[in-house]
Amino acid sequence: MASNKTYWKNIDQLDPTNEEVQSLEQNEFASQLPKDFLTDERTLADSNTSRRDFLKYVGFSTAAASLAACEGPVIKSVPYVVQPEQIRPGIANYYATTMADGFDFCSVLVKTREGRPIKIESNPDAPTLGVANARVHASVLSMYDTKRLQGPLAQGEDISWDNLYQQVGAMLKALAATNKKVVLMTPTLASPTSHKIIQEFITAFPNVSHVIYDTISDDAALNAYQKYYGIRGLAEYDFSLAKTIVSVDADFLGDWQGGGYSKGYAAGRVPKKHNQKVDMSWHMQIESNMSLSGANADHRIPTTPAVQMNVLAYIHDQLTRGNSAVSLSEEVKTAVDQAVVRLRTAGSDAVVVSGLTNETAQETVLAINSYLQSKAFQPEQPRRIRQGNAMQVQEAFEGIQKGSIQGLISVNINPVFTSAGGAQLGEAIKNLEFSLAFTSKLDETAAQCQFVAATPHYLEAWGDYELKAGHYALAQPTIKPLFDTQQFQDVFLRLAGQNQKYYDAIKAHWNEAILGSTSWNKALHDGYFASATNSEATTPDFSNLDLSALRTAQAPQMSLVLYTKTGMGDGQQANNPWLQEFPDPITRVSWDNYLTVSMSDAKAFGLTNRNTSNGALNGSYANVKVGETSLKVPVVIQPGQAKGTVGLSFGYGKRNGLQDEMQTGVNAYELYLKAQKTQTVSITSSEGEHEFACVQLHNTLMGRGDIVKETTLEVFSTKNKSQWNPMPQVSKNHMEFDVTSPEVDLWQEFDRSIGHHFNLSIDLNSCTGCGACVIACHAENNVPVVGKSEIRRSRDMHWLRIDRYYSSATTFEGDNDTKEAISGVGDSLSTFNEMEKAAENPQVAFQPVMCQHCNHAPCETVCPVAATSHGRQGQNHMAYNRCVGTRYCANNCPYKVRRFNWFLYNKNDEFDYHMNNDLGRMVLNPDVVVRSRGVMEKCSMCIQMTQKTILDAKLKGEEITDGTFQTACSNACTTGAMVFGDLNDKESKVAALHQDDRMYHLLEHVGTKPNVMYHVKVRNTDEV
Amino acid sequence: MKVRNQLTSFLSLLLISVSLLTFQNTFAQDDPAVTAGKALFNANCAACHKLNKRAVGPALKGVSAKYDKEWLYSWIKNSTAMVKSGDAQAVAIYEEYNGSVMTSFPQLSNEDIDNILAYTDYTPPAAAAAASAAAGATAANSAGPDNTLILIALILVFGILVVMLFLVQRTLLRIADASGVEIRPVAKPKRTPLWLAFVQNQFLVFLSVVLLLLSSAYFAYGYFMQVGVDQGYMPVQPIHYSHKIHAGANQIECKYCHSSARVSKHSGIPSLNVCMNCHQNIAEYNGEEDLENGYTKDFYTKEIKKLYAAVGWDEESQSYTGETQPVKWVRIHNLPDFVYFNHAQHVEVGQIECQKCHGPVEEMEVMYQYSPLTMGWCINCHRETNVKVESNEYYTKIHEALSKKYGVEKLTVAQMGGLECGKCHY
Repeated sequence: MASNKTYWKNIDQLDPTNEEVQSLEQNEFASQLPKDFLTDERTLADSNTSRRDFLKYVGFSTAAASLAACEGPVIKSVPYVVQPEQIRPGIANYYATTMADGFDFCSVLVKTREGRPIKIESNPDAPTLGVANARVHASVLSMYDTKRLQGPLAQGEDISWDNLYQQVGAMLKALAATNKKVVLMTPTLASPTSHKIIQEFITAFPNVSHVIYDTISDDAALNAYQKYYGIRGLAEYDFSLAKTIVSVDADFLGDWQGGGYSKGYAAGRVPKKHNQKVDMSWHMQIESNMSLSGANADHRIPTTPAVQMNVLAYIHDQLTRGNSAVSLSEEVKTAVDQAVVRLRTAGSDAVVVSGLTNETAQETVLAINSYLQSKAFQPEQPRRIRQGNAMQVQEAFEGIQKGSIQGLISVNINPVFTSAGGAQLGEAIKNLEFSLAFTSKLDETAAQCQFVAATPHYLEAWGDYELKAGHYALAQPTIKPLFDTQQFQDVFLRLAGQNQKYYDAIKAHWNEAILGSTSWNKALHDGYFASATNSEATTPDFSNLDLSALRTAQAPQMSLVLYTKTGMGDGQQANNPWLQEFPDPITRVSWDNYLTVSMSDAKAFGLTNRNTSNGALNGSYANVKVGETSLKVPVVIQPGQAKGTVGLSFGYGKRNGLQDEMQTGVNAYELYLKAQKTQTVSITSSEGEHEFACVQLHNTLMGRGDIVKETTLEVFSTKNKSQWNPMPQVSKNHMEFDVTSPEVDLWQEFDRSIGHHFNLSIDLNSCTGCGACVIACHAENNVPVVGKSEIRRSRDMHWLRIDRYYSSATTFEGDNDTKEAISGVGDSLSTFNEMEKAAENPQVAFQPVMCQHCNHAPCETVCPVAATSHGRQGQNHMAYNRCVGTRYCANNCPYKVRRFNWFLYNKNDEFDYHMNNDLGRMVLNPDVVVRSRGVMEKCSMCIQMTQKTILDAKLKGEEITDGTFQTACSNACTTGAMVFGDLNDKESKVAALHQDDRMYHLLEHVGTKPNVMYHVKVRNTDEV
Repeated sequence: MKVRNQLTSFLSLLLISVSLLTFQNTFAQDDPAVTAGKALFNANCAACHKLNKRAVGPALKGVSAKYDKEWLYSWIKNSTAMVKSGDAQAVAIYEEYNGSVMTSFPQLSNEDIDNILAYTDYTPPAAAAAASAAAGATAANSAGPDNTLILIALILVFGILVVMLFLVQRTLLRIADASGVEIRPVAKPKRTPLWLAFVQNQFLVFLSVVLLLLSSAYFAYGYFMQVGVDQGYMPVQPIHYSHKIHAGANQIECKYCHSSARVSKHSGIPSLNVCMNCHQNIAEYNGEEDLENGYTKDFYTKEIKKLYAAVGWDEESQSYTGETQPVKWVRIHNLPDFVYFNHAQHVEVGQIECQKCHGPVEEMEVMYQYSPLTMGWCINCHRETNVKVESNEYYTKIHEALSKKYGVEKLTVAQMGGLECGKCHY
């Protein structure tokens, strides 16, 4: 019953005849050592350097180095002339603000040191959208971007703001006098004050019309909601109130409706015992691409978008009428019937969500949830963070191209890049009478505009937002603007002849219309304000809903489903090296986007993937043709991709305003016709081979499959722990002992009962694989970025990786049989069939792995210079200055969590990322050293944070309460999967988790006694 | 006898000049009213007034001549009331100083005010002081000879003895010569030269080579171990700031200026606005001088002007110009990047005196690095120092458990885990 499933990381591993994989499994080293690099006569003959020269160089460099070492550098210290009251050198200040870039909206806390923001954290008190994802965490680095605009431009030349005001003001007046149409295009601002300012601006210039353009459109859902509830918004959901979740192509753990749902979802995913009954939500996902939500689902049905529409109609009909005329394939029908039964029994505890870009489908979802009277469905408080109107945008684009619109003011959008046929649009913008772009980068749109107004980053700006009805948020600057930038609101106020700044406008508006009796200072301090609106829940009449289009939807031969990646989103932060190097949670590929193709389709089109070495994945190219547009895209064969569909992510392929290193991937927006994420497509294979950097293939499991433990809810609730989470046994004197028992221990046990004993608990059930912890770790610990080619050589530096494992069958028995069959005969034909099935719809498990801080650490014993040693508080220390780089420790680590600095990654032109310029280095955490070449590094369990907590307690002279200790990752984890604390504090959460039945350690049988524990993944997969 | 006479006269001359040098030049203020007035002035008035120079308020030298005494009494006791009552003189002053109100001193009696006025009117008699010093010198003649004199006398005596011996020998030789006694030098037997003997003795050669190697290794080790150790590093700073005057003579608490040492890892170089807390009123140096090193009053006053230039303080108008010029101090205590040191931990939690690591700062005219700041130095202290656990609730439980474990009452930092690598290196 224990989890003896076969886990695999890549489809090649399923094929026992694949020699490449087999040899890789046997290889101790990632790549062959160059044998003839010194003895090869030709190399020597070609070389210009003689032996004498070599000796000269050696001599000279030794002498130079010793001379240079004679005199120490003189270091200057420059204190403030007048020190600001809040700033004390060495002490971090936190400010609550809000990130809002039109795609990501999030209430955050900003950590600043000596006046510069260095880290973003979720605002835990915020009632709405206080859940920072990987992009929000990384956004602090985007402020220190060398490619940002440093001042306003006119016709590509630098210009002063006063000059700009004069020229733009004159042009606007002239346009208004002749009543020529000017369109103002903004992303969703969701900002009450900004809307007010825009209204006043339009009053001053009546020829201006305002159009909201969402780069990734939620038009269908917005229209559907508006139709029935009368306001342009998105129905809100609270997944913590749902016991049964059926999602039809809604990646609600990703970016669906602006994201932020993972916290509520995870709350229901941890099995809780309630009077003999175990409570856990049930989640079915019906989708085409493998998404984060699909990876976390108990049941996942890969289907084409057309079938998804059929399914939605089927569920609606079954629930409301008890029968349905929709014809579904046998396999899908069985699964959906199961969902219908579940939905019916759960009643108001159930919820259905959909991400289909089809208005009828979205109306159906509203109807189903209303019918179910779902508690999780909260239409009375709509989200306001998507307000775009695709029709108006389309009209505006046509107007610009046809000449009916003579002027364009674009605000922080880049339609030339982010819309299909952007090139023509760009030409048209160039020919406009007047064009002004507010932007922080000289992007594709700004390059075509006459005037470019440089805007600040959100950390330098004021702002107010209505995230959902009645829930407001404030943004405040956390640093003085780095460059000569102005917010568009300030510019509009001045152009409209008002003598007010945006800040004053916000304050006035809030005091007048929003705050009521609450003080402005409190709202600003908190960063949010929730007014007690008790809007009535109206139940609209859905009787006129016409589902015929859904019922009869037919799949084309091949559908393209466009999606946003966890790392890149809509691509605004493409110049952010953290996000570029962030491995996608599903494919584990960094520095690229790609076409995800199912195994069988890949075979049909002749597309292949192969591992050339650990970390290096090569894929063939495919020509993707949508309408008249054709793109050459590299291919990743994605297990679980629905047959007849391919996926491609937005956000890549940008060239303007980006450093060379970051110009990766292809632009999927070119295929985003009519802002529909589903497109009919034709695929042909193309020549050439693309090189991917895929970190999942870095290390092999070496047959240690029990690294992930999982079980089913039925087994978990009925069977004894020893059956589903057994402790490995060893034999001594013909008696069986637990490996953790002192009887069989080779080591002398240290006394850890005094003081603190830190433990980190990771629950595989509530970990959604979102990767926020990975970026938080980067920011906190000054982890360097190494670039694509180094990652291909398996030299990534991530201290924390989130492993993604696929497992084949839904039942363990079936999987076991398969395993036997493979190892027994190796019958290639039968294994191939099995493999195909496995790759069609695998189950997915995410497992964050960082240094396990073993109490009996194998790395410590092999270090010849004692650079790594153990602390009494449970942390495995790494003294970088002592390390001589033998790498014995990395070799001896069973978890492969140690990272070696092969090069100097800072101030090195070969690695031209943020650590190579003064601006980017401002993000470094001054409490953590920047490592140099030749030094081993690894997770320190954020010892700088635990030590700071201890010191604060000592300064205050009080005991430390549970929850005060945090690490960067546990702090970033909003789902509660990671809990950090003191095991010696018997009252602490982590001590309770340590006693939990689901608790296990990685590779317990090795006897390392780690201080990081995991909790067995329980899947709710049993039949009803 | 002639020689002896000369010696005595020389000695007495010496005595006089020495006593002249060592004589304590005390400045006597005869009038008790002036002395009392000075104390009162320093306690109450000096924050805003100077004798010869306009500060926040007007210069007070000879103020009694300008105003009627009765008027002064009531002005000092309650100036606000006078301004309100519309007294012409009072309003004039009030307006001249841009409406800044003078603090009222109702606690001062008329007599006190008289004393203060006596002090402000008092001109120290410079010529008289010099005369009295000369008078003092003659009075000090009876003082006994000190050690240096005895030494010099002894050296002279021994010198005379040597001369006398030489004379005696010459006389004896002359006598011998006269009486025909022949003095022949003793013939030395021929020996192998010492260096040759040394080279021939292989054991000695071996021994000395070993010694040579060992000693050079010792010195080489010593040399290499001091690389990067900047003990005694004493750079020239852009402003000659004397800790001796501030922390020593004026006894300003270290953490008044280095306030972040209480809460932060950095002790912090004080920002210039902290300097101006005092130097807004202290525009010139009036303390002791060190003429040997050129630290005159003028020198120090010039350094204060440097501060004014940096912070943008205009002395004339007693206001900030807004033109600032941050001071680029040279950092003395430099820890490498890979070491984490926290001042608050040591100063506030450990209650360690600043002087323990920074040395006698209050005696340093120029600040220098007192301690080696090497790891061995840190570790030693961690081994020897007891943790201050008293009345700190954080330690209560840990102290109880640990002292039971080690069987000691006091715990050293090392026993608390203060030698672990990761506590300082991350």
